[in-house]
Amino acid sequence: MLSVQVAELTGEPLKGVNEALDLVTGFDDALVNGFARLGEERAAALTALAGAMAATPVGGRLGEAAGKVAAGSVAEEHVTALAGGRTALLGAVHDALLGSLDAAIGRTRASWEEPPVTAESDNLLSGCRSWLSELAITGWRGVDHDLAAAVDQTMEALLAEPRLRRLAVLLDGLATELRASSPVAAMEKVPARRWADLWARALLLTQAGGLPPAAGEPVSGRLLPLGVDVHEHATAVQAQVHAIFEPADGGPCRLVRTSVAAMKVDTIVGTAVWRLLTGSPVLLKALANHLSLDIKDMPLLNSGDLVWHDDRAALGDLADPFATARIQLGGALAPAVPPLDRHPVRIAEPVLVEGYTVPKGEEVVFDLDGARLTVDVERLPTCGPLTPELVRGSESCIGLVRWDGGRWLLQPLAVQGTVKKKPVTAHNGDWAEGATDPKVAKAEARNGDAVAVLRERAGRLLRK
Amino acid sequence: MNADRTAWEERSVARVVSPVRPRKLAKVPFVEMADGRLQGVVSSGSDIERVYVSSIAAGTLTYNCSTNNNRPCGGLYGDPCKHLRSLVDEAVLQYGLERVAGYLKAEVPENGSLIYSIQGGVERSQGAAVFSRFLRHLAYLELPAASGPLPELHWFPSGVS
Ligand SMILES: [Zn+2]
Repeated sequence: MLSVQVAELTGEPLKGVNEALDLVTGFDDALVNGFARLGEERAAALTALAGAMAATPVGGRLGEAAGKVAAGSVAEEHVTALAGGRTALLGAVHDALLGSLDAAIGRTRASWEEPPVTAESDNLLSGCRSWLSELAITGWRGVDHDLAAAVDQTMEALLAEPRLRRLAVLLDGLATELRASSPVAAMEKVPARRWADLWARALLLTQAGGLPPAAGEPVSGRLLPLGVDVHEHATAVQAQVHAIFEPADGGPCRLVRTSVAAMKVDTIVGTAVWRLLTGSPVLLKALANHLSLDIKDMPLLNSGDLVWHDDRAALGDLADPFATARIQLGGALAPAVPPLDRHPVRIAEPVLVEGYTVPKGEEVVFDLDGARLTVDVERLPTCGPLTPELVRGSESCIGLVRWDGGRWLLQPLAVQGTVKKKPVTAHNGDWAEGATDPKVAKAEARNGDAVAVLRERAGRLLRK
Repeated sequence: MNADRTAWEERSVARVVSPVRPRKLAKVPFVEMADGRLQGVVSSGSDIERVYVSSIAAGTLTYNCSTNNNRPCGGLYGDPCKHLRSLVDEAVLQYGLERVAGYLKAEVPENGSLIYSIQGGVERSQGAAVFSRFLRHLAYLELPAASGPLPELHWFPSGVS
């Protein structure tokens, strides 16, 4: 990213975005107190959100839902319509933000092609829907241990169904936070935006047709990793690789993502999470050793996600991600975003930033000739070597441009720099095959293999 | 935007639950603070097939220890047994002293050890529920694999704080 690009991105606020976010904030506040006891001001917030969407295809249903809920009649269909309205509004915010980012960095993006959707309904989904409705009626402030745990049985059935894993992982993450925060009435502050986000997405995923089938076109060619982003909560982990894909048939280079994930427990943390992903040894080896990958007939979704099949990949040559970013990132075609995934939280655009200084101060900021980009050093995964100190001392950075809390942020995936006059390079995926830092490896050895210990216990106790 | 709302409340990736610290799981494979108790499962030192279920109630600081078959622990008289001691040690490693003592509402003198504050005496409680929670916990590692991206995990970044 160049100084002028950063300046363009972080300059004037986008038209309409703050107004839209104010409406979302009003909605979220209503959800804190619960739809059952809105009061005038919060009812007006719902009406305002519905009013802003009046001219859209969902306008009619939304207006009716806001009216009914304000009048004290809260049915599941109304709650769902309101969640849909909030989602559509944040979808528009997402589009405006991503559009301005693409414009600033000169990125070309493919347009969305809707795959055929089969609408499925299911008892499990209706169980989830009633819990989510109950949460909305009660409000976050009314959540206690019993309500937080009311989803436990449904959750167990949901987890056993790989087809519904997206929903299961989301609901389990939300339920864990609610359980840990119960009784929420005693919390000083409520994470209103976050919980409303998770709640609304979950409610949409439980609708018939809400979980689109993951079909895709088989593709073959060369994959050049740029870096890996790690997602994690108590019971799930996902390593999402951002890469350049060179199709074997000579088409244009594309920016893709590919993810491997596993279910886990809270005590498997830090470098141990890689042990859960050893079912993809080829991918892990490529990450740890900075190698390219040759893939054959791997499904590529319209969202730009390669559905990883480790047995359809072979290790290629050394491929320095910084070289890939310098040479190929600028011209690669970016994928479209699936309609349901349109939310600012999903914006994660890989960029290369060089030639910055890092001024002293509490926040880590990259300064490019006066244009400043804040670095999110809270987002350095515990399973990799990046630290705030390494980022501060860096000279080049491959990172993801993100947006949260009203501002643009850079999430580092890899850095190059000089520490004590020696060149240092660190990538998030460097420890995918085990920590290479002797101190970290020693701590790892002292704690033993958490995954193996728990699997042994499971083997002995679960099958009795 | 309303000025009295803090930025944290308007962040999509606000951190709500702190990740636990890594620790050696062999002796105490499961620790949790739930249902008003610090509770967990401690592997028997002598019999690989046996585990103990140990728990301490918040507030009253009463405690209990039994085998997974609900037989009372033989080491439990007068003071907490070695299983309860291990439970407390590992809980402090996992969550930090402040969080554990806070949850239990236990007073710990400066440079003191939490275990000496656990003085509520024995109160029999059902270990079966804790044991079944442990089995449910282990079952996560046996779930069928799923393929494809999990876009909702963008709300859950891995990170230090
Ligand atoms: Zn005992």
